[in-house]
Amino acid sequence: MTTGLTFEQQEHLGGKTIMSGGRTLHAYLTEAKYESLRMLRSPSFGAIFLSLPVLIYLLFAVVIFGHALRSDAVATVAVFTGFSVFGVMGPAMFGFGVTIAIEREQGLLRFKRALPAPAGAYLVAKMLMAMLFAAIIMITMCAAAVFFAHVPLPLPRLIGIGTVNVIGVLPFCAIGLFIGAIVKGAAAPGFTNLVYLPMMYLSGLFFPLPKGLAAVAPIWPAYHLNQLALTAAGAPLAGATTHLAILLGVTALFGWLALSRLRRLN
Amino acid sequence: MNNSYLAELKGVHKRYGKVAALDGLDLQVAGGELLALLGPNGAGKTTAISIMLGLQRPDTGSAHLFGESPLLCASRRQAGVMMQEVYLSPELRVQEHIDLVASYYPNPMSAEEAMERTQTTSLAKRAYGKLSGGQKRQAQFAIAICGRPKLLFLDEPTVGLDVQARETMWAMLRQIVSDGSSILLTTHYLEEAEALADRVAVLAKGRLIASGTVNQIRAVVARKRITCRTTLPLQQIEAWPEVERVTQHQDHLQIVANEAEDVVRRLLAMDETLHDLEVHRAGLAEAFTELTKEAA
Repeated sequence: MTTGLTFEQQEHLGGKTIMSGGRTLHAYLTEAKYESLRMLRSPSFGAIFLSLPVLIYLLFAVVIFGHALRSDAVATVAVFTGFSVFGVMGPAMFGFGVTIAIEREQGLLRFKRALPAPAGAYLVAKMLMAMLFAAIIMITMCAAAVFFAHVPLPLPRLIGIGTVNVIGVLPFCAIGLFIGAIVKGAAAPGFTNLVYLPMMYLSGLFFPLPKGLAAVAPIWPAYHLNQLALTAAGAPLAGATTHLAILLGVTALFGWLALSRLRRLN
Repeated sequence: MNNSYLAELKGVHKRYGKVAALDGLDLQVAGGELLALLGPNGAGKTTAISIMLGLQRPDTGSAHLFGESPLLCASRRQAGVMMQEVYLSPELRVQEHIDLVASYYPNPMSAEEAMERTQTTSLAKRAYGKLSGGQKRQAQFAIAICGRPKLLFLDEPTVGLDVQARETMWAMLRQIVSDGSSILLTTHYLEEAEALADRVAVLAKGRLIASGTVNQIRAVVARKRITCRTTLPLQQIEAWPEVERVTQHQDHLQIVANEAEDVVRRLLAMDETLHDLEVHRAGLAEAFTELTKEAA
């Protein structure tokens, strides 16, 4: 219900209340900037998620299996794409799942609602933060791949894999958002790991799965992102459209479930 | 409804299960006033503010902010908020927090200006998580004013501040009101309401039990307190009809009376040696105690 103040009365009471398109864009970008900055500064998030993927990749692809992989170009590329997908999953799932659950509990979302924060700025900022982290991870992974792991891919292919993975964080953001919307702060890391760890191993990112497990690997979005990353690397794989459609579906489904839940909570 | 109200609750009922947090509350904030919302714990103060800000919806009744629904972002663009308990990212610096919140407003002040006005410039580069409780409140105040709000909601703003910081904030609040903005303030410090408020609204059990200027509220308690040094015996004064109660405090007598002038006249007439005479009217605290006792 409104009381319908005239424009003059609104001017008298509060002056300018309309946000220009430029100001709104500025609000979204500022939110994204500070969300990224605080996550980069957070010792339990920034340093771990930026360094862990490339360190584990170097351990596997160079230190432990470097000699064996050197003679197998296909396996070298597959290990690289698998670890890349693993690398970008973390910031997306934990950046959403854990932080939203905690911030919901601590009242930050309530404070944002009391302020005139643009409706989607908070979630868009987290999404852009996850994409920024993914981009940084992909740059370090590509450098490690070229200089240490001798991955035989030209620059355009590496850029292609990077682009797929940066955009590919979105379904994991949606899953993280869903977890963050349904569980409490203290339980969020546990629940996120409950999905993250099985998906990491059972989607066949790191090694070929036994037949029985390989058959069910497609239930995990990480499997489909890995297939798209392999396609971007030049692997002769069919079904890219199907993988893309499944990832879009996962994003839409979990995004919708999470937003419905958050709306109900509010 | 008077369209000049910046915020208004009209017949608002709000229940949490079996508990009625607000029970038909009518409350308005007019332009250019500092309204202090007082009440004992659980009186419904924070619920009233939450509904005015659109954080909760009334079960029945209506809420307006700048004449529109508080759920509209555009209404809240004219309001600034300092909540009682709020979590802000500990990793961000004070200046960054202000910069972020300023980006939500169409015509904000710069973070530098907000810090200058609130005397928090020295905290600019400090991580929010490293601040003391009082410094956090000061930073939250800078955040609250950075959008140049026409109405400021301040929920217990001076809790945790030392005396000097509290007086600095009081001076800033007076300045904000004299610049034409309005403030809705909740506080447990009655001297804060006494020092700042143009108008006081007292809530108890979700209802408005009194509203008026500080003097009008104080006037609900007619009693005055007389202190003096006298040779008259306590029992004799106690027997006078205007006197409600007499107590001895070291070498002083403290007399609580309804008609203080009559008592003073008698004292002066009967004791030529009477000295150190003081007469105090009831303070806001006494009025508040009386009002909320009646409502209980």
